[in-house]
Amino acid sequence: MRRFILIAVPYLWLVALFLVPFLIVLKISLSDIALSIPPYTPQLDWTAGWAGFKDFLGQLDFENFTFLTQDPLYWRAYVSSLQIALISTVLTLLVGYPIAYAMAQAPDEWRPTLLLLVILPFWTSFLIRVYSWIGILSNEGFLNQFLLWTGVISTPLTILNTNTAVYIGIVYTYLPFMILPIYSALEKMDGSLLEAAEDLGCSRLSAFWLVTIPLSKAGIIAGCFLVFIPALGEFVIPSLLGGSDTLMIGKVLWEEFFSNRDWPVASAVAVILLLILVVPIVLFQRNEQKQREMDQ
Amino acid sequence: MRRFSWFNATSLTVGFAFLYLPMLILIIYSFNESRLVTVWAGFSTQWYGSLLQNQSFLDAAWVTIQVAIASSTIATVLGTMAAYVLVRGGRFMGRTVFSGMVYAPLVMPEVITGLSLLLLFIGIGLDRGIFTVVLAHTTFSMCFVSVVVSSRLVSFDKSLEEAALDLGCSPFDAFRLVTLPIIAPAVISGWLLAFTLSLDDLVIASFTAGPSATTLPIRIFSAVRMGVSPEINALSTIMIAIVTVGVVTASIVSKRSSLAQQRDEQAAARAT
Repeated sequence: MRRFILIAVPYLWLVALFLVPFLIVLKISLSDIALSIPPYTPQLDWTAGWAGFKDFLGQLDFENFTFLTQDPLYWRAYVSSLQIALISTVLTLLVGYPIAYAMAQAPDEWRPTLLLLVILPFWTSFLIRVYSWIGILSNEGFLNQFLLWTGVISTPLTILNTNTAVYIGIVYTYLPFMILPIYSALEKMDGSLLEAAEDLGCSRLSAFWLVTIPLSKAGIIAGCFLVFIPALGEFVIPSLLGGSDTLMIGKVLWEEFFSNRDWPVASAVAVILLLILVVPIVLFQRNEQKQREMDQ
Repeated sequence: MRRFSWFNATSLTVGFAFLYLPMLILIIYSFNESRLVTVWAGFSTQWYGSLLQNQSFLDAAWVTIQVAIASSTIATVLGTMAAYVLVRGGRFMGRTVFSGMVYAPLVMPEVITGLSLLLLFIGIGLDRGIFTVVLAHTTFSMCFVSVVVSSRLVSFDKSLEEAALDLGCSPFDAFRLVTLPIIAPAVISGWLLAFTLSLDDLVIASFTAGPSATTLPIRIFSAVRMGVSPEINALSTIMIAIVTVGVVTASIVSKRSSLAQQRDEQAAARAT
């Protein structure tokens, strides 16, 4: 009996607040918009029984999805989200790898402190960390002040409210997610392998390329997915740092829901975003699974 | 020390400068006298004063703290249960669905979680307010708690529980007296994680809060959309300070306790 309660409580909680809401999104994405509250039809009428259910099924259509394919805005939003997420993942890898590498090479007694320094921003408010870049990147911001002072540029650069600012924001906020898995892969590496490679005539650079990189591959893959997956649906960064022409699907969904109040289209946008995410999520899980098996 | 070259030193310095300079600038300029946030005009603490008199921020902070405490506590109980069921529960009907539901919210975009929960609350006619935000936060943070706790459950020796059962403990007592003390650090860090996630969340709260329950991130977001303001800098500084003190204290405490544990184990090894 106790075992039953132990299983049933978290199970039912997740069914009621995760699975059912998700099915509702699916249902509404197949409904028509209506000028009422809630602003969509049809509603499933439970009291009408089987006839009501058949009636309900009859009213469902893929109109919203057809609408999404016809309006180039959505198509462009998906493509540009994928593009922004992909480019920022690569940038985060390029920034994060040297840091993780240096941390793994650092003397043992430094490591706990370095690790703490990487984890600390993760506990700090995401919103505040994104916000801190507004003052740096704006036209009269610190970056432009500094560059004007050094004489590198003569007129201020426009960075805030462009895609560049979005890249910087994503790299900055997701950097710990890239550093930690790469660091833990590099930390496990046996240093004598590098010595062996060098003894056998490898240059330092080719030893790094042929030994270190392959051995940290699992960390690189995990880090990339941990950045790419949340970056794809990101809302806060494009809406604070991006411009009006920065199209990201999280922002489109938000506006469709809160500004246009078109719930069926917002739901259809959500369903397609999830379908796109299934591929990286499955690949990520496979990588984790493989890692666990190798560790055992 | 073998390969700690200038290259490594540079990447650490530049990397940590990149991570910390933006926050440092924020903190320094929260003490700026001028309202113009990018021009230094002298030291002043006036923005902290005006922040503390701003009732809408104080109200939002209070809502956020209530939501965070309630949701992280329920999430810790549910998440620990879920972890225990997944690691020790054996086979039961719908186990695959269950583990899928535990892991899916971790990768679900916040906009979708928020949207789907809002549609549920409207569908069943639940008025939006503090209660609905607590429900929403509990649901996604219990999954994080479950991951943290289950990694601890996997790594500890199952025979300890079995010994307790053999010696006549009821399963509940075995859990209370043996399992819980061992997984306690993971349960505590799960709670802290859930608490922080709840404090930090803007998107899900925006969907599920309704006009009556404005949380601090919602309030900050609407202020920040207008641009940089010195009050927000002051507020950020306070939040960064609290987090830093909390994280540093937690890491010192956990280091001390692991040292103490090592000493105990060594003493026990000598005694036998």
